[in-house]
Amino acid sequence: MSERAALSVRRIGRFTTDGVLRLGYAARFIALTLLHSGTSFRRFGLIIRELYFTGVLSLIIILVSGLFVGMVLGLQGYETLQTYGSESALGVLVALSLVRELGPVVAALLFASRAGSAMTAEIGLMKATEQLSAMEMMAVDPIARVVAPRFWAGVISMPLLAAMFSAMGIFGGYLVGVVLIGVDEGSFWSQMQSAVDFRDDILNGVIKSFVFGVAVTWIALLEGYDAPPTAEGVSGATTRTVVTSSLAILGLDFILTSFMFRGV
Amino acid sequence: MAADNLIEIKDVDYWYDKRRAILIGIDMVIPRGKVVAIMGISGSGKTTLLRLIGGVMKARKGEVRVDGQLVNELDTAGIYKLRSRMGMLFQFGALFTDMTVFDNVAFQMREHTNLPERMIRDLVYLKLNAVGLRGAHRLMPSELSGGMARRVALARAIALDPMLMLYDEPFTGLDPISLGVIRNLIRRLNDALGATSIVVTHDVQEALELVDYVYYMSDGKVVAHGTPQEMLANDEPLVHQFVYGEADGPVPFQYPSKNYSEDLRLGAHHV
Repeated sequence: MSERAALSVRRIGRFTTDGVLRLGYAARFIALTLLHSGTSFRRFGLIIRELYFTGVLSLIIILVSGLFVGMVLGLQGYETLQTYGSESALGVLVALSLVRELGPVVAALLFASRAGSAMTAEIGLMKATEQLSAMEMMAVDPIARVVAPRFWAGVISMPLLAAMFSAMGIFGGYLVGVVLIGVDEGSFWSQMQSAVDFRDDILNGVIKSFVFGVAVTWIALLEGYDAPPTAEGVSGATTRTVVTSSLAILGLDFILTSFMFRGV
Repeated sequence: MAADNLIEIKDVDYWYDKRRAILIGIDMVIPRGKVVAIMGISGSGKTTLLRLIGGVMKARKGEVRVDGQLVNELDTAGIYKLRSRMGMLFQFGALFTDMTVFDNVAFQMREHTNLPERMIRDLVYLKLNAVGLRGAHRLMPSELSGGMARRVALARAIALDPMLMLYDEPFTGLDPISLGVIRNLIRRLNDALGATSIVVTHDVQEALELVDYVYYMSDGKVVAHGTPQEMLANDEPLVHQFVYGEADGPVPFQYPSKNYSEDLRLGAHHV
């Protein structure tokens, strides 16, 4: 009995030290990435190339999803608002939900599964096929040459993608609300314009998506760089990227929201 | 240290886990201009030794000197500086899969020099021509055969005219023609560049035809060394078994196991 208790205590201990170790490793990894970012900015072409892969290639999924989310918001919002006879506030509802929450969060979730997983798999496979070792043997630091440009590309593209998601969503809401159902176009836009505040709503949304961008790219790059160099290792790391970054996005969203919108 | 030795390894130990040493008391001298093979069965510590020379890992005990510099005491910048004068060919080439053949070969030139793009272009063509693949400069690594990929990787490794070439199992998985091509290239490039080469391999025939000197390793120790002729005549049972590819000998065919009849439960009462 006492042996079993000792075993479970030991297991808890190992679990904790492993967790702390991993956290330390992650912190060291991001610190190294930031420290070795000089090359990326001196040769901005490196970042631009990655911006294409992470940002531009994610555009389709972001725009299409944004459109549909906006259209659904238009439908659902109209259903609810018309019960109170305030369907003219549809524009406000669509815009605020998108700019404050859905834009940054859904775009980040999509970004994690589209670009984050690709980043992990790419770096994991580069490691498995010794490309990273080859780079090191050529006296080129893989953190500076491979990791840092991808990190900055992710951080830059995330807020832009979220903004495009929101814009597309608002257009979707307009399509359903105004064009399809027939809500008054003037009040749709004018109420939206007066209710959405640049600092409180849009800027806070941008801050959120920036934080998500850092979190997702950090997790994706770390998982790839740390993946065991085998087929199972890389596939496991890719799954972990999507799961961990999705949870991180939702958790961080709650924390950020509770700081930003305190019902003032 | 004698000036005519590029690499001197003295009494080197390496271990991940102190109870299971990977290298024990390695002594090795690699003279300038020679092609030297480090041979041995899988798991004998060859690749680890290569990593110590490349400064990827540091010896736990002893000295690894490359061109007079003590590798274990160099800082990262020093190791990078040393590595920029080394070229390494990895087992499967390790080409950058997101770059064309041309960009792969140009990689180090772009990273380490300020040469204008026109000069880089000429140099890349020179290097690709040396391995017979100038015409393939536009292809992606996925479009190359195994042998071609290895040759491109070789062109990439010699991009900056290294003083030391390291080959990690360069013959693995190649067809006989590609194998002959790679073998000839290793020799030709070594002599043309005035470099020194270390070939880690377990491919006996290729190695013995190619190299000037052989170190034979087993269980983390150097058990024999000499010229290829001396190795063929060596009567140390380990070396003999390896050189002539005998299935059983000092290196047993069977993985250590329990008594066979016990495993088959012969004589056990069947209920």
